[in-house]
Amino acid sequence: MLTILRKELVDYFTSIRCLVLFILVFIASAAAIYGAYYGIREASIDPGPVFIKLFTTGEDLPSLVVFIAMLVPIIGVALGFDAINGERSSGTLNRILSQPIYRDSVINGKFLAGIITLAIMIGAIILIVGGYGLRMIGVPPTAEEIIRIFIYFISAVIYGAFWMGLAILFSVLFRSLAVSLLFPMAIWILLGIPASVFNPYISFFVPAVSNSVSVQLMLMRLSPYFLFEEAYWVLLIPAWRGYGLLTTTTSSMLPNPLSLDQSLLIVWPQLTALIAITAVCFAISYVVFMRQEIRST
Amino acid sequence: MGKKIVVKTEGLTKKYDGVTVVDNLNLQVAENEVFGLLGPNGAGKTTTILMLLGLTEPASGTAQVYGFDSTREPLKVKRLAGYLPEKVGFYDTLTARENLRFITELNNIGYAESEPLIEQVLKSVGLGEVGDKTVNKFSRGMKQRLGIADVLVKKPKVAFLDEPTAGLDPEGINQIIDLIANLPKTGTTVVFSSHRLYEVQRVCHSIGILSKGKMVVEGSLDEVGRDALAEGRYRIEVETAEPSPQLVKVIKKIKGVRKVEAEGKVLRITADSDLRAEISKAVVQSGMALIQVKIQEFSLDDIYMKYFHEG
Ligand SMILES: Nc1ncnc2c1ncn2[C@@H]1O[C@H](COP(=O)(O)OP(=O)(O)OP(=O)(O)O)[C@@H](O)[C@H]1O
Ligand SMILES: [Mg+2]
Repeated sequence: MLTILRKELVDYFTSIRCLVLFILVFIASAAAIYGAYYGIREASIDPGPVFIKLFTTGEDLPSLVVFIAMLVPIIGVALGFDAINGERSSGTLNRILSQPIYRDSVINGKFLAGIITLAIMIGAIILIVGGYGLRMIGVPPTAEEIIRIFIYFISAVIYGAFWMGLAILFSVLFRSLAVSLLFPMAIWILLGIPASVFNPYISFFVPAVSNSVSVQLMLMRLSPYFLFEEAYWVLLIPAWRGYGLLTTTTSSMLPNPLSLDQSLLIVWPQLTALIAITAVCFAISYVVFMRQEIRST
Repeated sequence: MGKKIVVKTEGLTKKYDGVTVVDNLNLQVAENEVFGLLGPNGAGKTTTILMLLGLTEPASGTAQVYGFDSTREPLKVKRLAGYLPEKVGFYDTLTARENLRFITELNNIGYAESEPLIEQVLKSVGLGEVGDKTVNKFSRGMKQRLGIADVLVKKPKVAFLDEPTAGLDPEGINQIIDLIANLPKTGTTVVFSSHRLYEVQRVCHSIGILSKGKMVVEGSLDEVGRDALAEGRYRIEVETAEPSPQLVKVIKKIKGVRKVEAEGKVLRITADSDLRAEISKAVVQSGMALIQVKIQEFSLDDIYMKYFHEG
């Protein structure tokens, strides 16, 4: 499996696709730094952590976290959509599978290589913005901020892994590259539509639901999009209150801003839910792939 | 025979959506033999090879390679077997050499051993000059050659080649066919499918003809030929200076001779076994000048046509 992992990594890093993604990453970082620079000047009178604001403030531009939330699914899908069917149609899959390797090492190797690539890309954005930001504002991050950012990094990688897992799933299920690219993209766009758009439909079909905020919240939490959004706001803006936090009975007892361990406690379910849906995607791809007919004709 | 059977199927059956495409197939290939799998399009040749490699699961029956069950111990089979797929593909952005190196790595062949091996294999398939070109610059035939290199580089005990000469130029065909013919000498048994009968005839020790998933005939080339074209008998042609009715009588008396027909200077003899020695002795003893004695060779073309015109 190490051989496959290494080959996949080399593949990713020498591909044009990867170059395009890296250009996107740099543009996003530059825009975020620019936005944060002007944003922070105005906000610097606020109390609380400063360094972390680099990631969450933007002037008129969206802030870095918003950029990342948009970019990560694209990277994930781009890395995964042709994982299996690409090899199948190029005729390399049956050649590889006739070598003395376990069939699962092919899909495991691809998934792992994808996660490493994702981690490098997201890590690059955070380091670039962090580095330039440090020079700009001159306030070093506190230990707590570093931990928050690190956990944010992990959750972004998991979020990307979900999209990649989804794309790999479609690449196992469908022979056509166009289909396996369009399906995850369509899901991404669908999930990106604010939940409020769906409310009329939901209340039409199940009237009871619309009245209950907690049921709505539960439905929203099925969406990886929302899970990630909630996780990063809680992690990076300790003073933030929104969505579910406002409605939970305990919210009035929460101190403002949240301490680190309280933030972690709150995002823990979100993170595990993200990991769970990623694992489900991967498990389905795995099972289907293991029993699949491999012939390409 | 006494030869070790290394590839074997028993009652091998495969169904796609309820349609039987390989039907109760029993096949045996002896060690260090070249076995040719023939049959019209859709006969089930590729499917059979896939099942032998454990790449496709049979509906029933077993496939074995060197005693390992292809379905239950695919890894052991894949360690011993090389496979050239029908439609061979490579990583386009890697060079020929890098593609082969990937395969040696997957087979745990160390770098020190693999480099000279790759070099040698590339040369043997006629790609010595272009080993460092990326595969997207290869023509169809060059890719096919690389596919064969890809099989050879893992030094398989059994090579399964699905139409190895498809897409090759005439010289390439000869080169590859010679290569295949020489594989048994280095301890590789070959099973290959092909539509070019003359190349099968040139290199195969035995053949099997598939039709609609069933084995129509299987055996060594002359066995199959005799069964198909001479009701299992031997045909011997004797050319003499001037055949006399008396000679015909003498030959008819030889034990095992079934029929003698005269046609000009040639006597066509049908016999139960190879009686060339006895017949020439009889001719010479009767004082006749013997020009030549030959046993009829069976053209695979005739054999093949015979099966597919009748069925
Ligand atoms: N994925 C599939 N699904 C359903 N049927 C299939 C599939 N693949 C092959 N078949 C059927 O299986 C039968 C045998 O196919 P196979 O590829 O083994 O033939 P073949 O002898 O290799 O033919 P060719 O000479 O054209 O290569 C064919 O009738 C084909 O229609
Ligand atoms: Mg075929």
